[in-house]
Amino acid sequence: MPAPETQVGSTADTTADAAPDGRVVLDARDIARALTRISHEILERHKGPEGLVLLGIPTRGVHLARRIAAKISQVEGAEVPAGSLDTTMYRDDLRMKPARALLPTEIPPGGIDDRTVVLVDDVLFSGRTIRSALDAMNDIGRPRAVRLAVLVDRGHRELPIRADFVGKNLPTSLVESVSVRLAEFDGVDEVTIK
Amino acid sequence: MTSYLIKGAAPLGAGPVDILVEDGVLRSIVAAGTASADGAEVVDATGLIALPGLVDLHTHLREPGREDAETVETGTQAAALGGFTAVHAMANTDPVADTAGVVEQVWRLGREAGHCDVFPVGAVTVGLAGERLAELGAMADSAARVRVFSDDGRCVADPVLMRRALEYVRAFDGLVAQHAQEPRLTEEAQMNEGELSGRLGLRGWPAVAEEAIIARDCLLAAHVGSRLHVCHLSTAGSVEIVRWAKARSRAEGGWEVTAEVCPHHLLLTDELAATYDPIYKVNPPLRTSADVEALRAGLADGTIDAVATDHAPHPHEDKDCEWQAAAFGMLGLETALSVVQQTMVDTGLLDWAGVAERMSHAPARIGRLDGHGRALAEGEPANLVLYDPGVRRTVDPAEGASLSRNTPYAGMELPGRVVATFLRGRPTVIDGKQS
Amino acid sequence: MKKHLLSAADLTRGDALLVLRTAEELRSLADRPIKKLPALRGRTIVNLFFEDSTRTRISFEAAAKRLSADVINFSAKGSSLSKGESLKDTALTLEAMGADAVVVRHWASGAPHLLANAGWSRSSVINAGDGTHEHPTQALLDAFTMWRHLTADPGQGLDGRRVAIVGDILHSRVARSNALLLNTLGAEVTLVAPPTLLPYGVESWPVETSYDLDAVLPKSDVVMMLRVQKERMNLSGGGFFPTVREYSRRYGLDSRRMAQLQDHTIVMHPGPMNRGMEITADVADSKRSVIVEQVTNGVAVRMAVLYLLLGGNESAIGGARAEAGTEPSIPTTDGADA
Repeated sequence: MPAPETQVGSTADTTADAAPDGRVVLDARDIARALTRISHEILERHKGPEGLVLLGIPTRGVHLARRIAAKISQVEGAEVPAGSLDTTMYRDDLRMKPARALLPTEIPPGGIDDRTVVLVDDVLFSGRTIRSALDAMNDIGRPRAVRLAVLVDRGHRELPIRADFVGKNLPTSLVESVSVRLAEFDGVDEVTIK
Repeated sequence: MTSYLIKGAAPLGAGPVDILVEDGVLRSIVAAGTASADGAEVVDATGLIALPGLVDLHTHLREPGREDAETVETGTQAAALGGFTAVHAMANTDPVADTAGVVEQVWRLGREAGHCDVFPVGAVTVGLAGERLAELGAMADSAARVRVFSDDGRCVADPVLMRRALEYVRAFDGLVAQHAQEPRLTEEAQMNEGELSGRLGLRGWPAVAEEAIIARDCLLAAHVGSRLHVCHLSTAGSVEIVRWAKARSRAEGGWEVTAEVCPHHLLLTDELAATYDPIYKVNPPLRTSADVEALRAGLADGTIDAVATDHAPHPHEDKDCEWQAAAFGMLGLETALSVVQQTMVDTGLLDWAGVAERMSHAPARIGRLDGHGRALAEGEPANLVLYDPGVRRTVDPAEGASLSRNTPYAGMELPGRVVATFLRGRPTVIDGKQS
Repeated sequence: MKKHLLSAADLTRGDALLVLRTAEELRSLADRPIKKLPALRGRTIVNLFFEDSTRTRISFEAAAKRLSADVINFSAKGSSLSKGESLKDTALTLEAMGADAVVVRHWASGAPHLLANAGWSRSSVINAGDGTHEHPTQALLDAFTMWRHLTADPGQGLDGRRVAIVGDILHSRVARSNALLLNTLGAEVTLVAPPTLLPYGVESWPVETSYDLDAVLPKSDVVMMLRVQKERMNLSGGGFFPTVREYSRRYGLDSRRMAQLQDHTIVMHPGPMNRGMEITADVADSKRSVIVEQVTNGVAVRMAVLYLLLGGNESAIGGARAEAGTEPSIPTTDGADA
């Protein structure tokens, strides 16, 4: 079963809103700190930047992946390839709505074979997007390992999936909605809950 | 023979009268409410219009050869239900009505059916092939007494052949009814050539292909002093040419041109082809709304003498297919009077006397039929139709008497209803039903 | 929602841009090791061809298979003279087989329209070329090819771009669909042909016309040459042009004429080409020629059309958002971890 409609509010519809109501749970500085920490944790776990590929899940996951890649290169002085992975066609609710527009899939030139791929998304909720991302990746190559980094983990998993790197664990109820807004896309960095 | 007292009918829409029908003639016509039944069967015609029995110059009865589409029996039933007491059966049967034998067969089948008089049209050329004249004289002298000759469906395109035909039929006061379609300009044509045909990718049937033949034939008829009848005028240009030719013929005398228009060309336009539904595929094709306006005006001012149905039944499978593969033609007998009411009477272009002229008197004159198209007057043959112009009906193809269902008006609401048709004093339709 | 793609006129600007953007994403699939996506798994697509067209059939087949659909090829030969199985009976058969979509190529103009509207089947109908009427997916792949070469911004159409379509416009379904679609996308189309090969009533089309190829070439951003069939020339009277040589001289694209083109101008041809007639070999094989790329793009565009029509529970073409304009035409899945 797909999660209820009320889940994460950051669809194309709601991003158009100027300022969604709701309590700010992470502001710009919190987000920056969380990403810095995630970057260090990735490096620590992976023992350096070699063989790493960051794949963001569009749209906000892609911006987060780029930020993490930039931080890693700051720290290590080496470029980590970052790309994007669209999961639309692999979603298990594809047939429940009109066909959705595809989002960019950009695999860095070196590919993902034998690399460690870190999937990056903004919010981890039911886990279904990550499942579809794993399927999508399966048609692209065979990574050595796959890790998951998310800015917010709000719980309520419906699949046996967990994140390796979490910016903030945010206990929520199912009727609440979590909005992630990023400067590149929304003009401001904040996470709100409503 | 039963007598009928028709009470309260309005002849040609005038004041109501009582009409006594006896021994096949209109015995007496008196002010409404003044006639007594005297054993006659009473028909209450209050609110109904009485018209002389309608005459169709252009009907395809399909027998012999395509009895799956229509027979003389079913086609004449449809005619009676449409208010017709006489129809001209077109020659493009299988075998073609190009001999005395075939026309007599059709004529006899009509007599046996008894729903309306059937006057066979003889083919102009053998097998409609447009190569040599059929035995026109033999058909004229046959029991069927053929006076109208036509290769309808095909054009007598060869100018020499057309000239000979026009000349030859003078010997028995016949006329040539031309299906005006220049064949080279209309090879594989599918619909009116216009902006829409280009857009739909359907081969165009240009107006000039009709008009060029009409102009040529008028000049030929004038030259040899014959009677020409132009079938199913469909374009504004054709109306102009016939108007010009009639003016010339009036001035000169000694030759004559008459013309007919089909109900569908008075109502429907080529826009319907955009549905790609072959129910709207007909020859000549549906034209533009400007053409429709010109045809209505031409019928109103007498340039066009008659309304003729071009009733063309086709079995379902010949219309339930791609436009290009479908047959040309649509039904018309059972809806003709309603379409004429809607397009000509309700618009104020014709009164009911005008309708009687265009749908009864004129076609009977053109076809040289003595017993039809007569005035509604005492002593005349009792061929008449009682029509209720005040009701509206939705056309249901399944209700028709025709064997075929290819009416373009299915689901359309049309005014009026034929309540009764009398053929020489005998009701062929009563209460709107076959009697 | 539009369930069928029968005419290029069915597409609003929003719809057309959605197809182009989707095709752009799908085009990259060709570079991947596994050229397959799961979007149409379990869907059945029938290629129903009443007229031979190996190229179009293969293109649709590749598109459907790359989206994991089951493909059935149904070749129903027959002309208006030798009817063979009727369109109706064929449609009923396909309906019974549970086809989700029928890709139909037919010699009769309007046959796909009939298939979609006659009530014989519930499938989506995609017009793969009908008579001399339309070929909307060809127009989409042509527009996609132009868009990739002439427009950098995926939000933009082909506004102000000048496209010359040259040759037998009268009998060309490609020209009809292109005229409609390119107009929707804002391009300025000029049809170039001898007067005999322009359709009656072309003045009412949203295009310019010209009889003079040399006058049109220097200002064109795209030159699309159409196939001219030799049968159209003067044989027994009523031909559309006197000789092949005269046609080539007046309307053929050779290297002399190619030299008049602007640097960025591309040369297109829907194929199959008559080399030496409407286009010379050196032009067809030149760097300006995107004729081979058109084939690649054809698969991507047809994938996009199939995905948008069949990928969800209803078509994404003709939706309210697509009607509204160019911006995100349909909801994306962005950020929604469902």
